[in-house]
Amino acid sequence: MKVDRSLPLEYSTQQNQMNILGFWVFIGAEIMLFGTLFAAYFVLGDRVGNGPTGAEIFEITPVLFETFILLTSSFTIGLGIHAMRKGYTKAMITFYVITLLLGVAFLGFEVYEFIHYVHVGAGLQTSAFTAALLTTLGTHGAHVTFGVFWGLLIVYQLIKRGLTPETANKSFIFSLYWHFLDVVWIFIFSFIYLKGMV
Amino acid sequence: MDYFERFAIPHPSPAIYASMVAIGLTVIAIIVGLTYFKKWGYLWREWLTTVDHKRIGIMYLISAILMLFRGGADAIMMRAQMAVPDNKLLDAQHYNEVFTTHGTVMIIFMAMPFIMAFMNYIVPLQIGARDVAFPRLNALSFWLFFMGAMLLNISFVIGGSPDSGWTNYFPLANNEFSPSVGTNYYLFALQISGLGTLITGINMIVTILKMRAPGMTLMKMPMFTWSSFVANVIIVFAFPVLTVALTMGTFDRLLATNFFTTSDGGMDMLWANFFWVWGHPEVYILILPAFGIYSEIISTFSGRNLYGYKSMVGSMVIISFLSFLVWTHHFFTMGQGALTNSIFSITTMAIAIPTGVKIFNWLFTLWKGKIVFTTPMLYSMLFIPTFTIGGVTGVMLGMSAADYQYHNTMFLVAHFHMVIIPGVVFAMLAGLHYYFPKMFGFMLNEKIGKLTAWIIAISTLLAFMPMFFSGLDGQARRMYTYTESTGFGIWNMISFIGAIGFAIGFALIVYNVYYSIRYSPRNIGSDPWDARTLEWATPSPVPYYNFAKVPHVISTEALWDAKYNQHELFPEKYEKIHMPNNSGVPFILGCIFFAWGFSFVFSMWIPAILTTIGIFICMALRSLEKDPGHYVSVEEIKATEKKMRGVQ
Ligand code: HEM
Ligand SMILES: [Cu+2]
Repeated sequence: MKVDRSLPLEYSTQQNQMNILGFWVFIGAEIMLFGTLFAAYFVLGDRVGNGPTGAEIFEITPVLFETFILLTSSFTIGLGIHAMRKGYTKAMITFYVITLLLGVAFLGFEVYEFIHYVHVGAGLQTSAFTAALLTTLGTHGAHVTFGVFWGLLIVYQLIKRGLTPETANKSFIFSLYWHFLDVVWIFIFSFIYLKGMV
Repeated sequence: MDYFERFAIPHPSPAIYASMVAIGLTVIAIIVGLTYFKKWGYLWREWLTTVDHKRIGIMYLISAILMLFRGGADAIMMRAQMAVPDNKLLDAQHYNEVFTTHGTVMIIFMAMPFIMAFMNYIVPLQIGARDVAFPRLNALSFWLFFMGAMLLNISFVIGGSPDSGWTNYFPLANNEFSPSVGTNYYLFALQISGLGTLITGINMIVTILKMRAPGMTLMKMPMFTWSSFVANVIIVFAFPVLTVALTMGTFDRLLATNFFTTSDGGMDMLWANFFWVWGHPEVYILILPAFGIYSEIISTFSGRNLYGYKSMVGSMVIISFLSFLVWTHHFFTMGQGALTNSIFSITTMAIAIPTGVKIFNWLFTLWKGKIVFTTPMLYSMLFIPTFTIGGVTGVMLGMSAADYQYHNTMFLVAHFHMVIIPGVVFAMLAGLHYYFPKMFGFMLNEKIGKLTAWIIAISTLLAFMPMFFSGLDGQARRMYTYTESTGFGIWNMISFIGAIGFAIGFALIVYNVYYSIRYSPRNIGSDPWDARTLEWATPSPVPYYNFAKVPHVISTEALWDAKYNQHELFPEKYEKIHMPNNSGVPFILGCIFFAWGFSFVFSMWIPAILTTIGIFICMALRSLEKDPGHYVSVEEIKATEKKMRGVQ
């Protein structure tokens, strides 16, 4: 493989460039995926049957924590990529690890939140509204969970192999994924929680 | 015993038991044959682990043809049942299963892989690339499609077939009205193969954007590549909608959620909307590449370049955009307001305009051309009038007020078959004859080919024209029988004869392959049709690295320029070529996905969890793997080229 030193490491081979473009196209598909989930949520949002409404079950505290944690993790992974561009592998790994820990913390709060919903009688089977809510949140949560495992594999490779065009490429793509989850969360925060609470 | 009862078929019949025996015998014959001829190793090394886009294309092709026969057998059963009034060949339940399977198999597992076969085989060659952008993912795509298809195909012998139509409308498809596991098969088969399709979409987009030969700007791409590009963009936008809809349907059936129920807030129309937001673009995913193939063939055999290249591209882009704005025309009569109906009526009819542009471009290409009537060209010529009948009746259906009359009658069945068979199936058969020499190194027999084309075209008219009349007379779609007094008998009899004609036509195609394997000459050179585009610049069959030297392109018709305008197509020297290594992971992952789907179909949670873990382990292994590929040396290239081209 030809490596072009004049480009950032993650773009330095043709395969790397294709991987990144491919990932952007994949994000296009993901946008459609979440867009469809949101569409379903908007259609079903007030079809609560005999179950509770959003205003009755949403709790602001865990949601604020979740939002704060996820936004921070998006920032730390940005720092990680910045470190990568400067060639500071150790700093980069540290930021990646922090990001993943924040991801785990996010998931902790989300698990708490889900338990709360089930506890107040808003389980998956309660109504169309709860099904749409939990599926949308759950899909995002599943993405974060997947991301944590994926991130671990990348950190492992960074430690073992150092910064190469390959690992840089993977790390960069992972950061795109992570930012994307953050953007999705902002939509969830605004259009599910804020809209549901007022 | 309870445990095993789930796997039994809910509505057994002698035909199903006979098929079971046939399947069992075939499997045994294949295993014994492979063992006896010691072909396991060959199969594994050369096919199951291959990442070569050409071999993957051929595997898609073979699967598509097999599925054509599967779906065709279902069609014959339906037409035989309907041939005379009050027939008792199939009962209502069996008929439901047959039309559901027929529709699903034909669209998802026949037409789609047929398109994918050509995309995989031709696109990299047309753009002068050595492979697709992500060869392993490409292999994975194939295996996901294949395993999805197999999952649907075993449904009728294990547990029961889906029976709520290929549109799978809820609440009909919910547990209450579809108690067998059939619909679970549908949901998982489509989910798994849909994932494969999405991956192909991403792969092809990147391939086309990033791997074109020097000089090939976007507006110099051959038309088939353009059509594939547009189709893949539609795939990336449409398939995630299907993914979500199928997931919600699965939740409703397996986890008792209330997305599409009629109680607890559920909304059955949501399924219809999601299904068709995917389903309508899906037909353009099929038809645009088919149009691309016609464009290649018509320009080759008219001896001139395609008339109106830019308007061809433009009309495809417009069609792809409009295809997302018309989905509601599939349920004009299901209770939305007049305003909604009018809007969707107009967007629907608007699609006729860019489609008309394409038809006229083909006609103008023919107009001053020196037409050579080969089999591919014959299919293309038969396509234009028959497809126009389908298209015009489509505009009739698109008028929402009139649709109240046609809705759910045989008129609709006639319309979409008259679109999809000339549009897609003829194109695929034309493409099969056209690209066969490139793929296998010898030609299909022209005499048999032309006879077949005529038989299939006449059968199309025989099988589907009567349905327009019986439909207007009120014969409903998906009815398994009718009485003498309706007067539908004669129309359905003619249809049945048409269906038999199809069977003869398809059998002739197989015979043609057999005949040509035995008798066709092998030294046909690289360019037997005097074609115009780059795929014909490689030897036939194509060596695994495609192009020994990177081609340089100056127009849409690189090979034509090289042949007749003294353009130097391969100005560079030989260089070593980087190629990807084979891998067993895509195949193994596909098998795990099959087991995964099967476990969910029967709600076997422990295997479901284990296979899910298996999937993630495969992905993790792939992430950790270091696979730099390998190089083909200059000597090896020279030797191969010498062997293939005779001289060098
Ligand atoms: C080869 C000759 C074919 C014959 C004789 C045939 C016959 C039929 C018949 C009789 C039906 C109506 C079932 C009913 O509503 O009662 C039907 C439905 C259908 N066919 Fe075909 N067909 C053929 C080929 C194809 C092809 C090539 C495709 C697609 C590529 C296709 C796609 C469909 C679909 C999607 C349905 C709707 C199934 C449903 O109602 O859910 N057919 N076909
Ligand atoms: Cu449509």
